[in-house]
Amino acid sequence: MSEAINTSYLECLLKSWQAKPAESRAWLNQLRAQAIDCVSTQKLPTKRDEEWRFTDISPLTTLPYRPSQPGSALKIEDIQHLFLNEAKNRLVFVDGHFSQSLSAIAEPAALIAGNLSALLSTQASILESHLGQHVPFDHNVFAALNTAFLQDGAVVIVPKNTAIAEPVHLLFIATQREVTSYPRCLLIGETGSHVTLIEDYATLQHAAYITNSVTEINLAGNAHAKHIRVQRESAKAFHLANCAVSLAHASNYQSISISLGSQISRYSLDVRLTDEAAECSIDGLALISDRQLADTHTCIDHAKPNGTSHQQHKCIADDASHAVFNGKIIVRPQAQRTNSSQSSRNLLLSKTAQVDTKPQLEIFADDVKCSHGATVGQLDQEEIFYLRSRGLSETAARNLLTYAFGAEIISRIPVSSLRQQLEQAVLDQTQSNPS
Amino acid sequence: MIIANSHTILSVQGLRASINGTEILKGIDLTVKSGEIHAIMGLNGSGKSTFAKVLAGHSAYEVTGGSIQFADKNLLELPPEERARAGLFLAFQYPIEIPGVANTQFLRLAYNTVQTQRGKEELDPLEFDDFVREKMKLLEMKPDFLDRSVNEGFSGGEKKRNEILQMALLEPKLSILDETDSGLDIDALKIVANGVNRITNKDNATILVTHYQRLLDYIVPDFVHVMQAGRIVMTGGKELALELETRGYDWITANKQPVAGVNA
Repeated sequence: MSEAINTSYLECLLKSWQAKPAESRAWLNQLRAQAIDCVSTQKLPTKRDEEWRFTDISPLTTLPYRPSQPGSALKIEDIQHLFLNEAKNRLVFVDGHFSQSLSAIAEPAALIAGNLSALLSTQASILESHLGQHVPFDHNVFAALNTAFLQDGAVVIVPKNTAIAEPVHLLFIATQREVTSYPRCLLIGETGSHVTLIEDYATLQHAAYITNSVTEINLAGNAHAKHIRVQRESAKAFHLANCAVSLAHASNYQSISISLGSQISRYSLDVRLTDEAAECSIDGLALISDRQLADTHTCIDHAKPNGTSHQQHKCIADDASHAVFNGKIIVRPQAQRTNSSQSSRNLLLSKTAQVDTKPQLEIFADDVKCSHGATVGQLDQEEIFYLRSRGLSETAARNLLTYAFGAEIISRIPVSSLRQQLEQAVLDQTQSNPS
Repeated sequence: MIIANSHTILSVQGLRASINGTEILKGIDLTVKSGEIHAIMGLNGSGKSTFAKVLAGHSAYEVTGGSIQFADKNLLELPPEERARAGLFLAFQYPIEIPGVANTQFLRLAYNTVQTQRGKEELDPLEFDDFVREKMKLLEMKPDFLDRSVNEGFSGGEKKRNEILQMALLEPKLSILDETDSGLDIDALKIVANGVNRITNKDNATILVTHYQRLLDYIVPDFVHVMQAGRIVMTGGKELALELETRGYDWITANKQPVAGVNA
């Protein structure tokens, strides 16, 4: 990527930033100002950067991708097909901008959920102590850009010892062409709380656009959160996402991320077990075809003793698509009796599909149980034979096994309507016709 | 049961097969008629599991000689799925786990595929549910068995029961049970054997591939064949299995005379 294009893309975004109005909160203005400073000292990453060596994002500089505009005329009917029956709590953002009329909160008494700007006055101290504090942006140009443009955002605060029965659906819908939107999420699980959060990126168009999202999650002692992330952007979109999770004593975080859309997607997830006996399970599925690239970078950082982490990441790559998985696990000297497992399983459906998988274990404690494994391959011949011996044609056997490979991750999603939608998506994408 | 004038279901003649250039089956002859139960016994490495897989059409094995006639079909011309649809069933020694696919979904897909090929009606999920639950009673299976992923996390006994459930659903003409008794405790063995006994009748036939005589206490064979080095070296009645149990296999090489004078 030439320096000139690189600079001009960021310059263009910086210019549009200067036109934005200041917020009433000094700390927020300061945060944004810090972020914009960081943007001006950074460059877009290239394949020469170790963290981006498999992912060439230069195509996103070919268009200006100005910030998206607020003021959508979407109606409930336009997006109803994306709603989830179980989720009575729903925050809808159109091109990154909050839509009050499309949103609904069923448990206002138990749950604090809404747009950032509406909660700035009532939740000032919580917001100030968490917003921008979990995802650092000094070495991350996309997080810096997101923070610089920070205005609307989904804020979910689950009060102490409160269990929210129905899942909270954060629905981000892309409608504008050739723009960049900056979705932002903050989940605060207070002590002993329980919640299921669905972070869902969908689209109503087929054009190119950029989603640059940042999600921050903080779980206090003994808090539980299930975080389901669905990326179903348009096939021409660029999706660049950063998520950071901070886990306090005996908290429990379960993440399932499903990546289906975008020509280039990059999901970076950092989970820090900051206190004893925290637990997390991190599951992922990327299902891609054509010339798609799906990159998942995760880092699970065990800082204190008795932590548990289990990770299973799967990729199904067809045609000339390219899946990247980089899974780092750090076990710091203090983190004795850590129990950690990681598995990366990859299924290549064509000769031109490519997978780069890199488990990275950095273990500094001696009393730990850590296992990891990675496989890349085609469907197993014994499995195909088993199904054929039950009367299924070879094509049907292959289709079923490919579907099952993805469905294993999807079956863990605790929201049945979403599970069904995604099972159908996997079914549609994995069923080839007899040749 | 041996029935006079029953028709031949399987006729194997001079079957030879190899894997990666190594010959495993060195000329097998076997005739199975409707109503009959045959046991094929032998030590590890004698070729009995290979024989079972070759009958089912496993692509890793190359058939280098001989013929297999199955009812009115030349079996060697058919891919595995067409053998299954024609009524051949192999219960696997090591059933495959398929995480992500509910057992009921898999069973219905297999059932409907085979039914359609046989020119019969498919069952919708509700109809199939009634049908499969009835069959599950044969094998004393719990209902949650249907919702779990195919064989995933199943105990050895549950996997084998699932194999026999598939056999009950697909109603094969010929069932080949490959080491179905291995890894089963005595209770599970009785349940599986009882299920098999209720599926066998005068119109179908069964081949039991087994290492041990124990299974044959519960599923009584009409014929017992001993395999050694890729051939059937001896054929007898059910008492041959008992003799093998007490005397082992060593004496057979020295004395290739069948004890019981029954010819298959």
